[in-house]
Amino acid sequence: MSILIDKNTRVVTQGITGKTGQFHTRMCKEYANGANCFVAGVNPKKPGESFEGIPIFASVKEAKRQTGVNASVVYVPPPFAAAAIWEAVEAELDLVICITEGIPARDMVEVKEKMRKAGSKTVLCGPNCPGIITPDEIKIGIMPGHIHMKGRIGVVSRSGTLTYEAVGQLSDLGLGQSTAVGIGGDPVNGLKHKDVLELFMNDPDTDAVIMIGEIGGSDEEAAAEWYAKECRNKKPVVGFIAGVTAPAGKRMGHAGAIISGGKGTAQEKLAVMEACGIRTTKNPAEMGKLLKSVI
Amino acid sequence: MKIHEYQGKEILRKFGVATPRGKACFSVDEAIKVAEELGGKVWVIKAQIHAGGRGKGGGVKVAKSMDEVRQHAGQILGMQLKTHQTGPEGQKVRRLLVEEGADIKKELYVGMVVDRVTQRVCLMASSEGGMDIEEVAAHTPEKIHKVFIDPATGLKDAEADDVARKIGVPESSVSQARGVLQGLYKAFWDTDASLAEINPLILTGDGRVVALDAKMNFDSNALFRHEDIVAMRDLDEEDPAEIEASKFDLSYISLDGNIGCLVNGAGLAMATMDTIKLFGAEPANFLDVGGGATTEKVTEAFKLMLANPKVKGILVNIFGGIMRCDTIATGVVAAAREVHLSVPLVVRMRGTNEDIGKQILKDSGLPIISASDMADAAQKIVAAVSGK
Repeated sequence: MSILIDKNTRVVTQGITGKTGQFHTRMCKEYANGANCFVAGVNPKKPGESFEGIPIFASVKEAKRQTGVNASVVYVPPPFAAAAIWEAVEAELDLVICITEGIPARDMVEVKEKMRKAGSKTVLCGPNCPGIITPDEIKIGIMPGHIHMKGRIGVVSRSGTLTYEAVGQLSDLGLGQSTAVGIGGDPVNGLKHKDVLELFMNDPDTDAVIMIGEIGGSDEEAAAEWYAKECRNKKPVVGFIAGVTAPAGKRMGHAGAIISGGKGTAQEKLAVMEACGIRTTKNPAEMGKLLKSVI
Repeated sequence: MKIHEYQGKEILRKFGVATPRGKACFSVDEAIKVAEELGGKVWVIKAQIHAGGRGKGGGVKVAKSMDEVRQHAGQILGMQLKTHQTGPEGQKVRRLLVEEGADIKKELYVGMVVDRVTQRVCLMASSEGGMDIEEVAAHTPEKIHKVFIDPATGLKDAEADDVARKIGVPESSVSQARGVLQGLYKAFWDTDASLAEINPLILTGDGRVVALDAKMNFDSNALFRHEDIVAMRDLDEEDPAEIEASKFDLSYISLDGNIGCLVNGAGLAMATMDTIKLFGAEPANFLDVGGGATTEKVTEAFKLMLANPKVKGILVNIFGGIMRCDTIATGVVAAAREVHLSVPLVVRMRGTNEDIGKQILKDSGLPIISASDMADAAQKIVAAVSGK
């Protein structure tokens, strides 16, 4: 088992006719069971056409009706990406993974509010995230597949290459991953650390979790506090927070990575995580070793 | 993106928020002309820089005669204004705002941001205006009132009135305060702001509610739909290195240390900076070359880092995923040659085509120090820079 996605997930690509969408759809199709999983694309202007054997439909609803997709991945450009998310929500898919970087926060505030009011059960991952991978089964997103290895460690992170770094360290130590989830670096997003942590805690095939965060907001603290209250000693969790050296008031690449009003510092997050029973390291080269030491 | 106070006030006025009458000036003569046009007996001369804390730094002065207008304007214009937000070198004042004086009876605070937890716009208001709101939040959080605004309805009349009363607006001025709060929200929403703050919002002797200051920041992801706001950008207020970097789609931030770092990905870039610190040195910059780094981008990144005279060594840390290590290695070699690199360079590469990349670096004949992981890389560059 795994969380969120597995070899039976059926995916529609929104933005399949763009350069990024095509490149990554091809890479995902080539990974593990990808050829069976990536079954549809969407472009309202090009229904009836296809991309490398993947049929293109006018809408997500139509793609779902004809192919039975239950998840979507969004590569649509920023001005239209929130509308693409909403289209997938209206089609009542189980999961939407939004890779697009640079969506205005206001657009995300609107779409999240609409999802709440509609009582939507669709899970949103991202935006501005690398996606999700369940090794040897399916990869939905832009991460390099070959660094992953099937196994029993859950990975959740706000950043892209830093996630690959952690995964690479785990694989080098012979520790495979059940699922690796990139939740993205935007302030208004879908899945939070706490949500993913909860899924891993309830997954019988995940033994331990590595949680990677960065400066800004309080999502890591919320996850740590939830863990201390509900799951302490259930499964070990280790963590790393990037940005000890980041100055206040400066946005460090990600829209959400900013220390504002003295809140959201790495030191504060690390202290809360430690107090909640999550072992942390200040050396990002040792994330894998730290995890190995607690299992 | 940040704008000046006078530009923020222009926006707020469009949304029905009252401000003192005033105008931006670029010279002392202009300041006098504006003061004369405004008339009255009291004027306020305010330095226009993007950083906060201007008053404490001597950038805001009250004038009670034309001589004083001339004197203060002359003093402030061109000064290196130092505040807690400018850093020790300060920021040169190139613009002034000359305004009519206000009859302040009470100072309040109102501000708006996007709240990550509720994922709505949050109105924050306090009776403690004029002060550093972060201090108020830290010591007397009960004095800050919050409303999380439903984007479908906007700030409702009842919500605005309730907040106005809680921060001490007298009954006779509540409807005016409602207009200010709703105008502030509308301005925030319509312009895709990331921060809007009026500190202080004042009650005047005759019961009016007036924005004495205005601070607005905008979501850089939304600037594509706000040409009018992009036109307000003042490049003099921004770090030239950061402006240069943005031309090449590089995310760069100057820091105080002496080790330049070039990394792909924001999270990994921060982690690399942290590792440098962990081994006893300080990073000179944050630099994310992004996912699609080309030889040209890497060369520009090297030029940027080396333009900083403090840089005594460079650390390149790449996790090649979609971007292959051989591409980066070719870029690093070309860049090192083009800029005639004279400081130590440590390269750590991992991921796709890692071996080919390492071979390219080796075959280049350049004195590049290779590292096996992030910690090894940080230790090697720290040692090289400190001459050990």
